[in-house]
Amino acid sequence: MNFEYTEEQKMIQQAAKDFAERELLHDVIERDEKSIFPTEAMKKLVELGFLGMMTDPKWGGGGMDTISYVLAMEEISKIDSSVGVVMSVSNSLVMWGLETYGNDAQKEKYLRPLATGQTIGAFLLSEPEAGSDATSQRTTAEDKGDHYLINGTKNWITNANCASTYIVIAQTYPDKKHKGINAIIVDKNTPGITLGPHEKKMGMRSSDTHSVMFNDVKIPKENRIGEDGFGFTFAMKTLDGGRIGIASQALGIASGAFERAVKYAKERKAFGTEIGNHQAIAFKLSDMAVKIENSRNLCLKAAWLKDQHLPYGIASAMAKQYCADIAMEVTTEAVQIHGGYGYVAEYHVERLMREAKLTQIYEGTSEVQKIVISRSILK
Amino acid sequence: MKILICISNVPDTTTKIKFTNNNTTFDVAGVQWIINPWDELALTRAIELKETNAGTIENITVIHVGLNTSDPTIRKALAIGADKAIRINAEAKDSYFVAAQIAEFVKKEPFDVILCGIESSDYNGFSVGGMLSELLDYPSVSALSSLEIANAEIKLKRGIDGGHEVISIVTPFVGIVQKGIAKEARIPNMRGIMMAKAKPLQVVEPVLIDNFTEFVSFEYPKPKATCKKIDPENVKELINLLHNEAKVI
Repeated sequence: MNFEYTEEQKMIQQAAKDFAERELLHDVIERDEKSIFPTEAMKKLVELGFLGMMTDPKWGGGGMDTISYVLAMEEISKIDSSVGVVMSVSNSLVMWGLETYGNDAQKEKYLRPLATGQTIGAFLLSEPEAGSDATSQRTTAEDKGDHYLINGTKNWITNANCASTYIVIAQTYPDKKHKGINAIIVDKNTPGITLGPHEKKMGMRSSDTHSVMFNDVKIPKENRIGEDGFGFTFAMKTLDGGRIGIASQALGIASGAFERAVKYAKERKAFGTEIGNHQAIAFKLSDMAVKIENSRNLCLKAAWLKDQHLPYGIASAMAKQYCADIAMEVTTEAVQIHGGYGYVAEYHVERLMREAKLTQIYEGTSEVQKIVISRSILK
Repeated sequence: MKILICISNVPDTTTKIKFTNNNTTFDVAGVQWIINPWDELALTRAIELKETNAGTIENITVIHVGLNTSDPTIRKALAIGADKAIRINAEAKDSYFVAAQIAEFVKKEPFDVILCGIESSDYNGFSVGGMLSELLDYPSVSALSSLEIANAEIKLKRGIDGGHEVISIVTPFVGIVQKGIAKEARIPNMRGIMMAKAKPLQVVEPVLIDNFTEFVSFEYPKPKATCKKIDPENVKELINLLHNEAKVI
């Protein structure tokens, strides 16, 4: 066992930190307030290769390991988790899914532009009535011989507008339930696709979230990923990896809030001394540090298992549930330490607290993670 | 045209500086090391020039005098875009030692353009570049804020009192650069980080050079004296303190 990062991993961590401080910090509050997508910063993110960082260089990616990805996600999410989520969805859901289960023609056509940052991807699973219960998909992909005809609505889709490549999960054989589901690659510009308005969210307001409506959208059969009926397995496998991304994002939100709380505790004086010298604050910081250390170790363990090609589904569920819940606790305490200043935008921690809430909800709620974990214990 | 950039490995500029051994040794525990910011800007400019003059500039090499603990910093220079790195395997004792080691290397393997940062952010010696040009008997221009290479012609710009002077120079020469030479240091991209592993980092044993200086001790700057506040109405007290305590009137 070795807890030391490699020279390369440290360099990636530093590159992500420099990127976030240089390109994201200066306007993160304004973008959050006005729900502005970080278009300029995304160009830089692409130039630096963070969008396809884990994809095989054969397809134009960076070929980096999952540990490096955790480190980069943490650093970026410390400052701006809206950018973190674009990176996570594109890297761990869309690109990983295509690379692992797509055929070479699909990879050439869709994965290469994604990995080189010419396009962004979105993963369309959630529906108005199918979130945690992903088996009850109402969106249909009717088999029409040489093509599928897609109809239905997908909700809360991250990157819905900025993405050009969608992976859509839809039901082809409703009687077969989850074994009748397919995963289909869809060009966003295909006729029949319309977007709902930008969602007004509690946090991560700078990320691009819409509902997507499909009305007789005709997609060639060759765009189906894997065998007929593979879609549900595809979605579940992909979400296992996605959880590492969101766990690392939650870790970043927590450690970003923690760093700000430590800085504030050393500066702010009350009763004649810095508030960090009061045990009430010092012990809060100590508890936060331990929880963050645990979060990081869970993320790294899941990432390490994935890099070693060992089963990581349970480890990633544990990391996702723990890191998200801890992010909520730590950001709440960071606001408390800041007192009145914590409740206003300028000090960032109220924003981080709003962002933390989403990590307990999306890509499998904390409760769904507990179902995954407990089933593995009790089986 | 071959460009050599001399890089120094320095503590991150936000490091809290501590000393050990009775204030004679800098305590490196927990220090994050970076490329000296001036050297990094010189490297950035060289890479920009290589991108716009692909035919003219064939190679960018970085050279460093230090032990293998500097390797991560050297790898970062390779990740940013240097083609090759040389590390002279010796602890950098002072400016003369560094300049003399680099000069000995350059005598055996010449370069057309040698760039150094004007100072390093650790000991701020302002001297390696000047010493290096003298030891090599090359012309040098200091405090460069602009370096242009077009059709093998070199144009330099440096700030002077109230304006700038523009200089043309023949190779080989030593350019000593200050801030402004490049806009902003680059963040290495994933491709660069991946490629850095495969780029050559050649380790060269040092030549025997006399040591002329040694650190006797380090001292912290004196803490600022506390400020005394006097009521604006109380002129008598102000005069009393200035006369009897500060003894300036």
